[in-house]
Amino acid sequence: MITESAPPALDLTEARRRRAEARWRYLEDTYVLWRRNRLMVLGTAIILGLILIAALAPLLATHNPYEQILNDRLFGPSATHCFGTDSLGRDIFSRVVYGARVTLTIALLVAAISTPLGMLIGIVAGYLGGVLDEILMRLADVFLAFPRLILAIAFAAALGPGVENAIIAIAIAHWPSYARLARAETLNVKNNDYIQAMRVLGAGKARIMAGHILPLTLSSIIVRMSLDMGTIILTAAGLGFLGLGAQPPMPEWGLMVSDGRQFLVDQWWVSTLPGLAILVVVMGFNLLGDGIRDVLDPRQRQA
Amino acid sequence: MAHLRRWPAWALVAAYPVYASLGPSRAALHLDHFEQPGEKRFISIPTEAGVTDDLLLDVQGLKVEFPTLRGTIHALQGVTFQLHRRETLGLAGETGCGKSVTALAILRLISPPGRISQGRILFEGRDLLAASEAEMRGLRGSQISMILQEPRMALNPVIRVGEQVAETLLVHNRTLSRRAAKDRAVEMLATLGIPDPQQMARRHPHELSGGMAQRVMIAMMLVTRPKLLIADEPTSALDVTIQAQILELIKALKREINTAVLLITHDLGVMAETCDRVAVMYAGIVVEQGSVKTVLKRPRHPYTQGLLRTIPNDMPPDQPLFSIRGQVPSLLQPPTGCAFAPRCDRAMPECAQTVPPRYALEPDHHVACFLYRGGTANRHDAKSAR
Repeated sequence: MITESAPPALDLTEARRRRAEARWRYLEDTYVLWRRNRLMVLGTAIILGLILIAALAPLLATHNPYEQILNDRLFGPSATHCFGTDSLGRDIFSRVVYGARVTLTIALLVAAISTPLGMLIGIVAGYLGGVLDEILMRLADVFLAFPRLILAIAFAAALGPGVENAIIAIAIAHWPSYARLARAETLNVKNNDYIQAMRVLGAGKARIMAGHILPLTLSSIIVRMSLDMGTIILTAAGLGFLGLGAQPPMPEWGLMVSDGRQFLVDQWWVSTLPGLAILVVVMGFNLLGDGIRDVLDPRQRQA
Repeated sequence: MAHLRRWPAWALVAAYPVYASLGPSRAALHLDHFEQPGEKRFISIPTEAGVTDDLLLDVQGLKVEFPTLRGTIHALQGVTFQLHRRETLGLAGETGCGKSVTALAILRLISPPGRISQGRILFEGRDLLAASEAEMRGLRGSQISMILQEPRMALNPVIRVGEQVAETLLVHNRTLSRRAAKDRAVEMLATLGIPDPQQMARRHPHELSGGMAQRVMIAMMLVTRPKLLIADEPTSALDVTIQAQILELIKALKREINTAVLLITHDLGVMAETCDRVAVMYAGIVVEQGSVKTVLKRPRHPYTQGLLRTIPNDMPPDQPLFSIRGQVPSLLQPPTGCAFAPRCDRAMPECAQTVPPRYALEPDHHVACFLYRGGTANRHDAKSAR
């Protein structure tokens, strides 16, 4: 219609090609940044390894993790039982392998519960403000006032032992930090012109929050979540250790560490090997989380 | 709404000499152009086709206040103007005189604690100040839209521009599918002369130039074919060549979809080229309203006269530029009488006492100044004047 006001025609195929090229370059840069960060490579390897082990547990396990061979109790690491056996004669290696499934499930479920909850509360508090903001944030303050593990213990104790209740308890202990973060991001963007533009267009509050503010808070929430994974796993193991999380005979790492406590001096492998599994995975998540934060930082790309 | 929060700063900025706000004027004003018959570049005068007596927007005695720690800022102190269907009304005035506040007040988007304390805004005869919030949401974007100043700030950085244009349609039509809305968004982008609209719709705002971003913004605001488009300095953030393109575009679209435009600008050159009628604002009051030809050729209010004299038009190189003496009054304690009286060379004793009502010099030329008491005072305005 208004051709005279259009800028000079571009070669469209050329423009498209350049755009595709630019996208490819972005991916390439991401790869270079990833490679350059050795610790992140290590973290990625650990987490990929964890996922693989969890997926292939039946193939990797040498024994049934629940089978008790009472004659073979507390055997040290050997050719048949490479991590040894526990006080009930179960193969520790197989239990650690199956434990990867438990750990991963707990971590993902906690993230799936606490992140949306925290974002919902944070965005609503930040955008609507006023009394509602005060109430929600003071509530978050109450939760943040306690160490997370203590809070999780309290909720797990109140809900009763069991891995499902442990998941709920950990999620309850974790939402306030996401709520705080989402609220901060919301306050940061809510006065921007593009939010005002949505109001000018007649968009309602719910639409603005869900469609226009939520996507802007997502990236920092993701970074925070990947950094929190380690803490979540540690809390879950802690609850298992204290008997408030996973219950026997579930092959949960924290529970296994607890089982081996009384044999720590003479049969060190019962506690130590599942403990090392916790250490490695938590470290893996932390390294990966740190790395993700760095890779998403546009300033890193200028070098 | 950040610019409203910065109101105290605005008051300081407003203290600049008048010519500062005219500095970036992209073209010195050549009034002679109006004399040339058949000169197509300049928009019709009010008697021409396209402008009717059909009243679309009637703002009467609008007052807006912002309470601050240092007292209440009286941003608007009785703004009165009329806008007819399909016409372009220029709202002119220097920074801080209340142009943008007027626009936001029409949309009822003054953010608290700021509030509309008095006045009426009649849109198609309906009082917007009496409408419910839900009714206002229905009007915004579908009947009344607004183009914001900074096109790139007005687009959400993480959402593809096609989806942002489609969003306008989806807000107002719950039965429309996302797919259909996107198709119409792409069509709209094509209408705005954007090359390869399909591809453009998939881009994020940071991949657009300022001019392209402003086109997308315009697409977003016009895709619903509103009856009134408020353009808040649509070209201030753009460079001169793009400015001309965007103004042409707004003019063409205005014809195409029969919308009325309220063009807010401090650039008299832009105004002369684009508007049918003009309302000149000073310190929260419309001091003069009339056809663009009348106001620019025969300005009556001393402020308008001073404003036009500040344009460096055919000036000898070593002459000092003209500026209106004095400073814009503080909106915290506005003067009791005419706001312009302290700076006015023709001020009379009563100017400092009472606010002058609007006097009609011609059917379509109103001036709020005691110098024109001979003309017939508009009764309504006289009543609502502070």
